[in-house]
Amino acid sequence: MRILEYQSKRIFSQYGIPIPKGRVAINAIIADHIYEELKSDVVIKAQVLTGGRGKAGGIRLAKSAEQVEELTNEILSMSIKGLPVKKILVEEAVRIDQEYFIAITTDKDEGVPVLMASKYGGVDIEEIVKGNHNALFSMPIEPLVGLREFQVRSAALAIELPKQLWHDFEDIVLNLWNLYRENDAENVEINPLVISEGNRLIALDAKVTIDDNAIYRHPELSEFFDMEEEDRMEYMAKKYGLSYVKLEGNIGCMVNGAGLAMATLDLLADNGGQPANFLDIGGGANAEKVASGLKIILEDERVKVILINIFGGITRCDEVARGILNVMEEKHCTLPVVIRLAGTNSSQGLALLQSSGFIAAENIADAVKLSVKASKGKKR
Amino acid sequence: MSILVRSDIPVLVQGITGKEGTFHAQKMQGYGTRIVAGVTPGKGGDWVLDEKIPVFDTVRTAIEATGAEASVIFVPADRAADAMFEAIDAGLQFIFCVTEGIPMQDMMRVKRYLATSDTQLVGPNSPGLLSPGKVKLGIIPGEIAQPGNIGVISRSGTLTYEIVNEIRKAGGGVSTCIGIGGDPILGMGFVELLEMFEDDPETEKILMVGEIGGRFEEDAVKFISQHVTKPTYAFIVGKSAPEGRRMGHAGAIIEKRAGSAAYKIDLIKNAGIRLASSIEEIPALLLKS
Repeated sequence: MRILEYQSKRIFSQYGIPIPKGRVAINAIIADHIYEELKSDVVIKAQVLTGGRGKAGGIRLAKSAEQVEELTNEILSMSIKGLPVKKILVEEAVRIDQEYFIAITTDKDEGVPVLMASKYGGVDIEEIVKGNHNALFSMPIEPLVGLREFQVRSAALAIELPKQLWHDFEDIVLNLWNLYRENDAENVEINPLVISEGNRLIALDAKVTIDDNAIYRHPELSEFFDMEEEDRMEYMAKKYGLSYVKLEGNIGCMVNGAGLAMATLDLLADNGGQPANFLDIGGGANAEKVASGLKIILEDERVKVILINIFGGITRCDEVARGILNVMEEKHCTLPVVIRLAGTNSSQGLALLQSSGFIAAENIADAVKLSVKASKGKKR
Repeated sequence: MSILVRSDIPVLVQGITGKEGTFHAQKMQGYGTRIVAGVTPGKGGDWVLDEKIPVFDTVRTAIEATGAEASVIFVPADRAADAMFEAIDAGLQFIFCVTEGIPMQDMMRVKRYLATSDTQLVGPNSPGLLSPGKVKLGIIPGEIAQPGNIGVISRSGTLTYEIVNEIRKAGGGVSTCIGIGGDPILGMGFVELLEMFEDDPETEKILMVGEIGGRFEEDAVKFISQHVTKPTYAFIVGKSAPEGRRMGHAGAIIEKRAGSAAYKIDLIKNAGIRLASSIEEIPALLLKS
């Protein structure tokens, strides 16, 4: 899970990584207050979970109270890559003499963390690598040993950092490692790390991504997970322990198992259908979990037909059927529902659903064809 | 014989007193797997599965008393890494980790510790292994497959059940079916298992079921081109998945072009491996040749 820049910077400062002075604001009054406090020119930065904020005009310099008000209102009325800006970060503007890129990220294929650095900071890392493969220093970190000082020195040498800054740099990068390690991060990134006035190193930007699987052991971070930033359906799904991804179409899908769910979506697409979502209810789901999944789909007004594909292994099809019936009665659903049940207790499940107006499908191929047809035809 | 494990291997279950652990230990036992012990810290001295299977506090004491050689892990995600460390430390030959949702940094450390040992790990987030009529380690439903000559490797659970079931309905059978797991950081990958299938006299054809994310399929294709002589087939899911979104499995996320289904499908086709374009097509493709 990614967190916003100002939240990432709050963690940076807990770890002693120098950042510009500043605070978050939700309107021009607060922004102006921060400007008065800082007594310097400020940079106003849109807080959204996407890159390319600068290019979109979401990062601006303000030199007067009037400019602060004007730019704050402008940025707060923007959307960047479809994400509405709800918060801004107001920070002192610092002089930039030199920009670097520093990150600790996870190489999932090798199963190790990697220290990365470049002397070409301030631009997208993809751009750095595209231009020149030697521009990026990268060194794996042994998970059982942790980041060592010599690795940080190797990075400093590679990015041609002035030697009088090596000591400060070592502190910053080792602290970044501690942050990565202790917060179960997947990625921590400073881009740019700048040399500023007085030969000081400052992290101008901050990106932190936390491993979704480890969030349970970081209750102190829970305040950072801004539900407003999330899609309502995705938030509900997370709450019920389901995997949901919103897609563009009109066929609401509920499947048990990620692989089978992907196969179902692929088959829908092959047959000219458009899935509205990915929804994996997981293994061993009970009636309650099935019901929550179905409720999420019913929340989605784009959905014209519902496709339920269950292969019962640990999951019992009669449980699934019970969950479906409960929701359908409670919500008075009039949408066509195509159901395919196979495996454990499938005959009991189908018996429960008989005479309740569902479209029963023999196999996954039939289920998909029937759903696509229903999604395009007129309502039953 | 199954690949990897022999049919009468003595097995212990870590987390046997939990709901899932008990349920699946019973199912494995019912299938004929030799379950000899359970391990749950604090529950040592108890008896489970009709009071016939002893529970121990530690893996070491379980091995000393029963001679267990493999473990199936059902321990919850927050303690699963510790369970794997313990199993590796105790010198078990095989670990099958069913647990899903283990923090990635935990898994990195397990993987490095594993490399210092002779233990072979399948998973985590794996449905386990099923060799029809012989042995079952994990949660793959026994009734979906019949004995045969097709070796199946996969990154998922229910999709594999679906496919193996379709193969059975079409009259085909399976030598061994094994899920490597849906996580990004895993013990065994496809390559190690392909090597075993290549050497396994009961396997005549191999089916690989892959998905988006990671490099497992890419490594497998390279290995197949150079070392596998048996007819090999592949099926890849996630063609319609958007970039940057995690599709259920922690490992199923397209982060770079190499992780996309299109890229993997191209590699497979270029290597001359037969590709099924849908589940429906798989039995016909595998059984006609």
